[in-house]
Amino acid sequence: MWLTNSSVGRKIVMSVTGLFLVLFVTFHALMNAVAVIKFEYYDAICEFLGANWYAVLGTLILAGGFVIHIIYAFILTLQNRKARGNNRYAVTSKPKDVEWASQNMFVLGLIVLCGIVLHLTQFWAKMQLPELMGEHVMRGQDYLRATFSQLWVLPVYLIWFAALWFHISHGFWSAFQTLGTANDKWIPRWQCISKWWATIVFILFAVEACYFTWFFAL
Amino acid sequence: MDTSISFKLKVWRQANAHDEGRFETYEMHDIPTDTSFLEMMDILNEQLIEQGQEPVTFDHDCREGICGMCSLYVNGHPHGPATGATTCQLYMRRFKDGDTITVEPWRSAAFPVIKDLMVNRNAFDQIQQAGGYVSFQTGGAQDANAIPISKEAADEAMDSATCIGCGACVAACKNGSAMLFLSAKVSQFALLPQGRAEAKRRVKAMLAKMDELGFGNCTNTGACAAECPKNIKLSNIARLNREFICAKCAD
Amino acid sequence: MEENKMNAQPIDSKIPEGPIAEKWTNYKAHQKLVNPANKRRLDIIVVGTGLAGASAAATLGEMGFNVLNFCIQDSPRRAHSIAAQGGINAAKNYQNDGDSVYRLFYDTVKGGDYRAREANVYRLAEVSNNIIDQCVAQGVPFAREYGGLLANRSFGGAQVSRTFYAKGQTGQQLLLGAYSSLNRMIHAGKVKSYNRYEMHDVVIIDGRARGIIAKNLVTGKLERFAAHAVVIATGGYGNTYFLSTNAMGCNCSAAMACYRHGAYFANPAYVQIHPTCIPVHGDKQSKLTLMSESLRNDGRIWVPKNIEDAKKLQAGQIKGSDIPEEERDYYLERRYPAFGNLVPRDVASRAAKERCDKGFGVNNTGKAVFLDFSEAINRLGIDVIRQRYGNLFDMYEEITDVNPGELANEINGVKYYNPMMIYPAIHYTMGGIWVDYELQTSIKGLFAIGECNFSDHGANRLGASALMQGLADGYFVLPYTIQNYLSDQITVPHFSTDTPEFDAAEKKVQANLDHLMSIHGKRSVDSIHKELGNVMWDYVGMARTKESLETALKKLKELRKEFETNLFIPGTQEGMNIELDKAFRLRDFITMGELIAYDALNRHESCGGHFREEHQTEEGEAKRDDENFFYVACWKYNGDDETAPTLIKEPLHYEAIKVQTRNYKS
Repeated sequence: MWLTNSSVGRKIVMSVTGLFLVLFVTFHALMNAVAVIKFEYYDAICEFLGANWYAVLGTLILAGGFVIHIIYAFILTLQNRKARGNNRYAVTSKPKDVEWASQNMFVLGLIVLCGIVLHLTQFWAKMQLPELMGEHVMRGQDYLRATFSQLWVLPVYLIWFAALWFHISHGFWSAFQTLGTANDKWIPRWQCISKWWATIVFILFAVEACYFTWFFAL
Repeated sequence: MDTSISFKLKVWRQANAHDEGRFETYEMHDIPTDTSFLEMMDILNEQLIEQGQEPVTFDHDCREGICGMCSLYVNGHPHGPATGATTCQLYMRRFKDGDTITVEPWRSAAFPVIKDLMVNRNAFDQIQQAGGYVSFQTGGAQDANAIPISKEAADEAMDSATCIGCGACVAACKNGSAMLFLSAKVSQFALLPQGRAEAKRRVKAMLAKMDELGFGNCTNTGACAAECPKNIKLSNIARLNREFICAKCAD
Repeated sequence: MEENKMNAQPIDSKIPEGPIAEKWTNYKAHQKLVNPANKRRLDIIVVGTGLAGASAAATLGEMGFNVLNFCIQDSPRRAHSIAAQGGINAAKNYQNDGDSVYRLFYDTVKGGDYRAREANVYRLAEVSNNIIDQCVAQGVPFAREYGGLLANRSFGGAQVSRTFYAKGQTGQQLLLGAYSSLNRMIHAGKVKSYNRYEMHDVVIIDGRARGIIAKNLVTGKLERFAAHAVVIATGGYGNTYFLSTNAMGCNCSAAMACYRHGAYFANPAYVQIHPTCIPVHGDKQSKLTLMSESLRNDGRIWVPKNIEDAKKLQAGQIKGSDIPEEERDYYLERRYPAFGNLVPRDVASRAAKERCDKGFGVNNTGKAVFLDFSEAINRLGIDVIRQRYGNLFDMYEEITDVNPGELANEINGVKYYNPMMIYPAIHYTMGGIWVDYELQTSIKGLFAIGECNFSDHGANRLGASALMQGLADGYFVLPYTIQNYLSDQITVPHFSTDTPEFDAAEKKVQANLDHLMSIHGKRSVDSIHKELGNVMWDYVGMARTKESLETALKKLKELRKEFETNLFIPGTQEGMNIELDKAFRLRDFITMGELIAYDALNRHESCGGHFREEHQTEEGEAKRDDENFFYVACWKYNGDDETAPTLIKEPLHYEAIKVQTRNYKS
């Protein structure tokens, strides 16, 4: 299967799952924005996305995307380290045109993953999971309060979002490059769109987190 | 022009492929700045021979930036700090008095060290042998002007064909990927009508060979294009991906 | 010299019968061929992977022969053909400027100062068109016009635009084309490629070349290879002069090995000195960089009119751009109005030397002239000029820290840009192993192609003709002619390398290496090579005299002694030893140097790349002596390097062209 045993194929899997996750993250940021407008609306969305079959199916697909993206990240990183050989350079220096993020995608990805695990324990593990087990769950905003009333959460989340910014700012255009939809004109365009997209997502999340902290903790 | 500099030279020495290798430091005195980097290495070698020691082995040949033989990793850059130039086109005026200059071989699993700073780049030949050609018999060609090719396509193919196969892209890549090299070759043929007939076969065969030889996966860092002495562009890699995806989808 | 032995053995150049335009057709129609089933039984060794070697190996492989292909570099693609910048000639007449096969033939013979073999040159011109077709089919990205058809430019020694080019790297693109065909054959298993192998000797069995001894440069081990025929395609001997535009690894050892086995060496004195190289800057310099001849299309060559200006330039008090138009002496345009800056290389080189010898040199060493683009930039704009020569400008700037495209001065409303400084340097060797019309040397089964044979350029090679010759030999000539030899070899089985001849050859090579390692003197290979280069440039260089050549021979004898007694090679024979490899080559360069000097001494005339000061016109032009020197000088080895070689003459016969004095003035 060329998606697993060719280098371009593996990268295509990374690109497609990556783009899918970018879309998810974007929707997530927009959904959170609803809570900023009115908490009751947010509760409604949470209720809508409860343990219904479409929500469960969506969650499974999403989880699949994550898992594949992460597994491939590990495979690619291991292969690439091996390809680099046993001897490392004594002196390295980054050329000007090379983004810092592009050379640190794995580490950035790990930070994002840690954030996700934390985030899942704070929300999903208390919302959809118990509901699937048939337990009673509270309103969406109750979990927001429970989380953001703790002051340490905000800085941790901001670090998480920053890592996400770097990760998307490279990953987004890189995906289009890998899918072959780039040329001399479109590489800079995708790179520009990439930065904008990552920035908008970052600002949405950051503003939302700050607002919740201000509202619930202060 | 008449100035000269003194500096420390930290050079990787490795007796053969099985040796572990280590850095040796040499003091270089009063090297004129209009000396080329490789001429400076010649001076070092003369000094070493005078002392009865073995000279530093490194690949070099044409010394005018076209054969692709020279391959030194100088101060963290393949071919040194100059952009768009090979090691042999690097001149000492790029360095300052009192500098420490570190010289290493290309480092990649697919390019094992032969001796000192010399590596084995036979993998590149193997990639080309897998399909980097147009299949026809000598003498069987039609008139050269029978197929018009737009100037744009010809120029772009020329830009891709400029690759000298030095391996700086692999040396620069943190993933040890040879995608820029491969994509330049695939692009040259993909852009020309002569190469279209077997384009699908070519891209699949060459990519499979590259993967087989243990090069890494491209993660689009762009270090290859940034360090390429011939300014081969990153868009070649996108073209390679496109060609490969189309070829696979057509299977 | 050696008059009594002259023509002791008559030389048969095997030129086919018939009018010049039909010779090659006739030959092909009547030559013997090898049928496809038999080709599989025949092995051919091709040493070298430049344009000639790679194209021959690929084509022979396509035909079905088993080919063993050797190169000293780490990949066949790095042979020095790659460095050719300007272009390749062909008589396509795409520009409708009156070109034809005959005109290309005529220009080449005339450019070669009437010292080439007519039949060979005509064949070269004939197949030149096929080369372009072949290369385009391979995907070589030649420059094109907006209409999609191929573009041309003009080169020295021609009044038509017949040069095809791929930016400033035509050699690379053509070589990559040949390399791609070679790769296809390697993939098909028809060619076996041996990289980082150096041929040390050719093995002769019963008077026929049957194999080689090659050193694996990585392991340091000698290995034996056998075949039904051996093809040498190892380039020229320009590095005899130490400083040249050749690559560092270029050497003449393979040719010398053939020579020592009795293959004649023809016209060694014909050495081309290229007029447009970056001048020498210091004693640590390792090589000279060529600036493409194409620069002479738009660049104008000049020195100051007044000696005072020249002195100021030499002292570094003024710059070239400080000298206004009316104070400049465009000496090529002045002396050769018809061809101007596009005179052949030997003429341009000598004219530069003449000016510098008179004291008009423009740099601190007094050995440089200006190549100026001001007029072209003012006429066409910097963008057009940069598009044409941008990469050459960048290359020049990287080396010299001067940007030729930079506005430097404005005098009386005229803009002056930084001129380049150039000076002649050793570039190409027209002489080489003697071959007949079939490209076979005087040893049966041993062929020589490309620069390493002598056949097509006479006493001087025109620009963009080297690529043409290399590819003509490799793609279209040798693959035919070698069959004429091989047709009766089909019953000879594959060879074993386990024969007394191979044993003896390997033993001899090993003894030579052991000897080099055991000298234990004080001097490095390069230091002796530099000295050789100085002797060659000073006494056997651009202008030669009887005295200088005799001095050279004396000095070379001393140098050989120095080499044999005071050489030092560190390390061992185990594994890679770059100094040992260089020493092996240097030994042959010294012999080669003597050979050049012997030939130059014998040739009491000036022609093409060989200029004897005793033989010049009042205006300083070369003066040929067709009555006494209308022949190819073939040198036969006399048993050891110390003994002078024997001269054998191959008289030239011209049927199609009337021999006359070269005239580039009107």
